[in-house]
Parts: sequence; structure tokens; C-alpha cells
Amino acid sequence: MTDTASKPGQTEVWITGIGLATSLGEGLDANWAALAEKRINVDEKGFAPYVVHPLTPVSFDSQIPKKGDQRQMEAWQRIGTYAAGLALDSAGIKGNKDILSKIDMVVAAGGGERDLNVDTGVLTAEAKGANAPGFLNERLMSDLRPTLFLAQLSNLLAGNIAIVHGLGGTSRTFMGEEVAGADAARIALARIASGESDIALVGGSHNGERKDLLVLYEFGDFNLKDKFAPVWARKDHAGFALGSAGAFLVLESKAHAQARGAKPFARLSSVVADLARRKQPGDMAATLEQLWAKLPRREGKGAIISGATGAEPATSEERDFLKGHADFPVRSTGTMFGHTMETQFPLGIALAALSISRGALFPPNDSTGTEIEMQGAPTQIVVVGAGHWRGEGMALVEAVS
Amino acid sequence: MTAPRDKLGRPVVVVTGMGIMTSLGAGKADNWAKLVAGESGIRTITRFPVDGLKTTMAGTVDFVSVDPFSSTGLSERMAELVTEEALEQAGIGAKADFPGPLFLAVAPVEVEWPQRRELGRAVGALDFNYDDLLRISGGGKYSAYHHRFMFGSVAAHLAETFGTKGSPISLSTACASGATSIQLGVEAIRRGETDAALCVATDGTVNPEALVRFSLLSALSTQNDPPQAASRPFSKNRDGFVMAEGAGALVLESFEAATARGAKILGVIAGCGELTDSFHRTRSSPDGKPIIGCMNKTLADAGMTPDQIDHINAHGTATPENDKMEFNTTSAVFGELAQKIPVTSNKSMVGHTISAAGAVEAIFSLLTLEHQRIPPTINYETPDPTILFNVVGNKARDARVTAVMSNSFGFGGQNASLILTREPA
Repeated sequence: MTDTASKPGQTEVWITGIGLATSLGEGLDANWAALAEKRINVDEKGFAPYVVHPLTPVSFDSQIPKKGDQRQMEAWQRIGTYAAGLALDSAGIKGNKDILSKIDMVVAAGGGERDLNVDTGVLTAEAKGANAPGFLNERLMSDLRPTLFLAQLSNLLAGNIAIVHGLGGTSRTFMGEEVAGADAARIALARIASGESDIALVGGSHNGERKDLLVLYEFGDFNLKDKFAPVWARKDHAGFALGSAGAFLVLESKAHAQARGAKPFARLSSVVADLARRKQPGDMAATLEQLWAKLPRREGKGAIISGATGAEPATSEERDFLKGHADFPVRSTGTMFGHTMETQFPLGIALAALSISRGALFPPNDSTGTEIEMQGAPTQIVVVGAGHWRGEGMALVEAVS
Repeated sequence: MTAPRDKLGRPVVVVTGMGIMTSLGAGKADNWAKLVAGESGIRTITRFPVDGLKTTMAGTVDFVSVDPFSSTGLSERMAELVTEEALEQAGIGAKADFPGPLFLAVAPVEVEWPQRRELGRAVGALDFNYDDLLRISGGGKYSAYHHRFMFGSVAAHLAETFGTKGSPISLSTACASGATSIQLGVEAIRRGETDAALCVATDGTVNPEALVRFSLLSALSTQNDPPQAASRPFSKNRDGFVMAEGAGALVLESFEAATARGAKILGVIAGCGELTDSFHRTRSSPDGKPIIGCMNKTLADAGMTPDQIDHINAHGTATPENDKMEFNTTSAVFGELAQKIPVTSNKSMVGHTISAAGAVEAIFSLLTLEHQRIPPTINYETPDPTILFNVVGNKARDARVTAVMSNSFGFGGQNASLILTREPA
């Protein structure tokens, strides 16, 4: 097990910026209002029978002013570059060259947004008999846009953020579906807590409105079909509804934040992650229990923000784990935002920090009783991220004392 | 060797195991023998038809079999083999019980053409669209493809096979990925989170679409005949890099932990540095400042000055822009020493192993330290008169080497450098 907890003598790490562009809205107020109203933006028709949570329309120009930059990106990169800009704005460091020239970046990314017309063009031509040895080569050479590759490369989300927002510190891209988001936060926290770094931009983005992704997850029968239901109510109709979202955080040492007069949303106290073997029923729940035991929780009102996907058996295992911690009211980002894969964990941290800073947990939205009302202000929120296939992560977000 | 801590008070990080595979062959012994003999691993591609391609050669690893074949499957198998070699040398932990985390540099994973074509055939119609592909993808027939094409699949397999601890990290920093995997391991040990880390980098992506992608960006050499002469770092007639496959694995340990268990120390990762270039997606800032900053950060991290570096293992891709930029930036950092320090590019022989290159070249640098012999830069017949490096041209050179700088620069503004030494400073 690898873990990052603030140890004695280590630096306290604050969340001083949050950027959100999701299916519910752009910015913190719009997302908070939608959560308060239990409003879900779900599309059951556009990709029928598959259910997706489409991105709310945003004006990319406001964060990516050059059209040329926008053209160089596919949707997942535009969403992420946009949300990263919102996070820098939120932290009050947009355009601050002194800080941006040294800020460290850890991005959780997938990639590979494909040109569907090129793919089907090749396949249908082959079905009609095109079988010359160089057929595929020639079609790809003539049909692929030269810059499409750059819109597909995982590390080019970070590359685009650096170019558009002028970031010049370090840049690392982690891949590996859901837990990549937890590992990104874990490494960024460890580097700041140990003094290797003062400030970091952490997050990810995902375009859920992609048929090539639906094919990939359909291979494993993971897509939610036909009708939306809250994550906890999908047991007999399992699956995840892909969601579009960008979620970025600015993490900062307390001293660095105080020196520039920045106010924290919350403190990121710990991030832990592991890889359960998931060979036997209960393996994943046992790993979640071990991660839970590693979090330095304190007395006080707590809550859990879960990234459960709705896919089985992972969601049922996570529910078993949650039952053992019923004193922590649960909220599901999967229900409200869909499944945003690498972005789900940073999104969970963002909502935990937002809930703490606003003095309330957003309301439950669930018919099964897994989510219950919470009175009063949470002082600690545990973010749980269990992947649909592999990988488990957990974070503790606390009120700054 | 008596210094468990470096000049900055951090644990010294040493290498106790290495495994390597390139188009030259499997293992350290074979690779080193061929490398110092100046052999090329570049050959005409036979894995798939090359009709219609501008570039028809690459440094493929054809001696490892994977069934069913996929680029990700080959990456995984190579990673497994080099890890076995590294662990055997290190003699650390127990079978399937490595006492530390895994940091894996791996090419971005995606569904590949053989699988896409299988789907196309399964539709069973002459005309169809993407929805038809989607309609037949479920039902369990292709569930193995879901597992294969998860980004985290290679790391999960390695973590389960070798029993690494915690959440394995899969990373991509393009052509700097291998160096980044080492850097993450070094940092984890310096922070005291672990006494050991397994750093692996692998790339088996010579496939038609990958070749076309780099070709469309005009990044590849088209000097196909003879293939062995295509990769010409620092030469006037260089015209691009040569795609290649390979993998490297390093067992990193704190000096203290390694000596406590009596492990043989193969070298020291004395310094790591990284600096992002926000100028352009594929081109370096014309003033070279980010690369200069990256090298300076690495020297500072190692607590060393330029005059203490006695060899540079260059990124040396043989693209017109990279090699010139590398000389200019090295000159800015090293001054006149840039023309005196022996410089070589392993890519002249093994090609550009992309995601694996940083680790492959770090291992070659450590072997250079061990053997006190610098492998040549082959195909160095017509030196570029504007690149005044002291290139170890065509023939290996015996030299006193105590500290090597190894550079990696990649798309997306990724710059990373390492300094490797024989003994703790």
C-alpha cells in the first residue's frame, strides 16, 4: 500500500483553487446550485441505447482565447484546458507569471479520441473487398489529419494547459482509468508535503460523448443502457453512464498560500491508493477497509463522496464497505455527473472541498437509502474512488483549523 | 562508498538491478556487446505490409512472441522480461514480492487495427456505421479486449506478477517517459516512503497507425535503404528519427537499504530534473530556455557543476531540429565544455524507443560507467558543421567516465534529464 499522509514536520497542504466544467454547469456556483436542486443532465437518446451525461455548453473562448489552440485539441483536451483555467482563476494565480513559471502539474488522462469517419471508411471499404496489402497504410496516410495525433496523446492535455495558460514547472501525466486521478493527487500532495514543491495543478478531463469509448466499455458490458437510475439503484440494471467533465485543483503549501494571502477551500490531508487483486468476492471491500484505516480521521462530522460507477460487482462491494461506516452520510458523483473515469477522483475532491467551504453537504439523490440527509457542516469528507475494473483510491479532505 | 545521504541531506538512491531489451537483442550482455561494436538494430519492417508508407524501417523487437498480437501486449511482455532480468540481478525481495512501488512508463493504450478489423468483419455487412460496430461489441465475446485496452492494464499485470506494493503508476511524458519513471522512483525513496522502487519503461508500438502519425508530422527519417544507415544523429544529412521498440527496468534502492542487505551497487541516480516548455506542442522554445533550465535543475539536484560531467548520453533523435537545439542548449549550460565532453546518441543504433527511451538510455549510461567505454554514434560520416559536439563517432571509445548526463525531450514540452554516477558524490 502506498500512502501520503501529512506526517509530523510535514507541510500542511491546502486546496486554494477549484475549476469545474461538467454536465451540470460551469464554475462552482452553477455546479453547487444544480446539486442543491438535485438536477441531473442526462441524455438517453443521443447515444441510445447508451446513457451519457453531456457537457453543459461552455464558451471555450473565455479560457482558450486563440481559436488556433482550440483547433489543435479534441473535446477532452478543450474541456480540461478550460477547467484548468477556471482553477487558476479560482486560486487567483491566472496570469501570475512568477507562480505559473514554477507550478507543478500532475494530470490524470486517457486519450485517443478517434476520427470515426476514417475508421468506418477503412472498415467498410475492406468489407467491400479492398484487400491490397498497403490499403490501410494508404488510407491512413491520406485521411488522418496530421495534428489529430496530438489531440490523442495522453500527455498533450498537460501540454495544452502549459501552452494556453503559460505553465512552466514540471509536468507529469498519469494514465490508468479511475485510480490515475487518485494517484495524481497522491503524488502532488506528497511532493508539496515533503517540500519538493510549493504549488501544483492537479486534475483531469473526460469527454463521455464518444462512441469509440462506448465500444471499449461495451466490450466488457459496462455501459448503462436505456434508462437512467441513481448509481445505487442499478444493481439489477448495472452499468455506468459516461460523463463529460473537467475538474482541476490548485494544491498549495499553507506557507505559500498565506504568503500571497490566498484563502483555502479546505485542507487535503491524505491520499491513499492500492490495487486490490479482485479475485474473490470481498477482495475490493477489504482493500477499501484497509485504505480507510490509513486515513488520519478526527472527531467531528464526516461524510463520504463516492465515485462508485454503477458497474458490478464493484458497486455492490463498495456499498458493503459503506454500510460499515453508516455514520458518514454518502453522496455519489456517478449519479449526479455520470462516470468521468480519470476525472472522477479529482471531481470528488473538488466537491468535498466545496462542501466544506460552503458549510454543508449537498443533498442526497437516491431511492435506495444508501444516501441520507446530513444536518450541519461537515468538517471532514472522505473521497472514495474504486475503479470499475481495477484500482482503489481514497482521500481525506478537512476543514482548515 | 560511505555516504548514505546526499549533499542536500536526502537518501542517496542507487541502482541494484537492470534489465534491457531493444532491437539489438535481449539482456544487458547482448545489448552492450552489439552497442559497443556499433551494430544497428534498424531493419525493414516485416510485421505488417509497408506499401504506401514513406518510412519502411524501424527498430522492431521481433524475437518476442505475443499471441494474440497487439502493441500493448508486446509492451507488456517486454516489460515483464526486462523486469525479470532486473530482479534477478538485484536479488531483492522474494518471488512475486517486490518490496516497493512500481512506476511504469508506457505508451498510451488504445484499441488497435486488428481488433477494429475483427469487429468490422463481425458486423457482416457491406455498408455500416459506427453504431453497428457498437451494437455488436457487447455480450462478452470481446471482454478480453476491454481488459487488454485499459490504460492501466500493463501496470496491473506487472504489479500482480511481481508483487509490487500499492497502486502502480502508469505514466506518459511522451519521449521523456522513461526518465520520468526513474524520477518518480527517486523521489519516493528520497521522501522516505519506500526503500526500493521498480521503474520500468516499455514501448512496442511499431504499428501502421503509429508510423503514419509520426510520418504525418514529418518526424521520421525516410532514408529507408539501407535501414541501418537511417538514424544519423548530429550528421548534416540527418532527416528524422527512426521508430523503435524496447524496454528497460531498474531496481532503485536507498544506499542504506542496498548496503544493509549486501547488494551490489551498479550506479547512483545522482540527480533528476524536469522543466516544461509551454512554447509549442511539438517544437522547443527557440531560445532553448526550458531545456537549459532542465539541465541546470538537474545539475543543482545532483549538487554538481558542469565540469564534473564527463559524458553526455544525448537525446540525439536525429531530427534536424532536436540535435541542433540540443547542442545550443548544452553549450549554454556547459560553455566550451560542450565541445569537449564526449557525446553519444544510442538512437543511432537502437532507434528511438519513445516511451522507453529514457530508461533504456539510462541503463546504457550505467553500463558505460561500468565498462568505462562509450558506445559510438554510428552513421556519423558527414558531421553537421554547426553541431560542435565531441561526438563519439562510429567507433566506441575508452574513457574515464564518472558522471553521465542523460537527456530526454518530448512532445508536449516535456524535458527531463538525469545524472548517473558510479559512486555517491
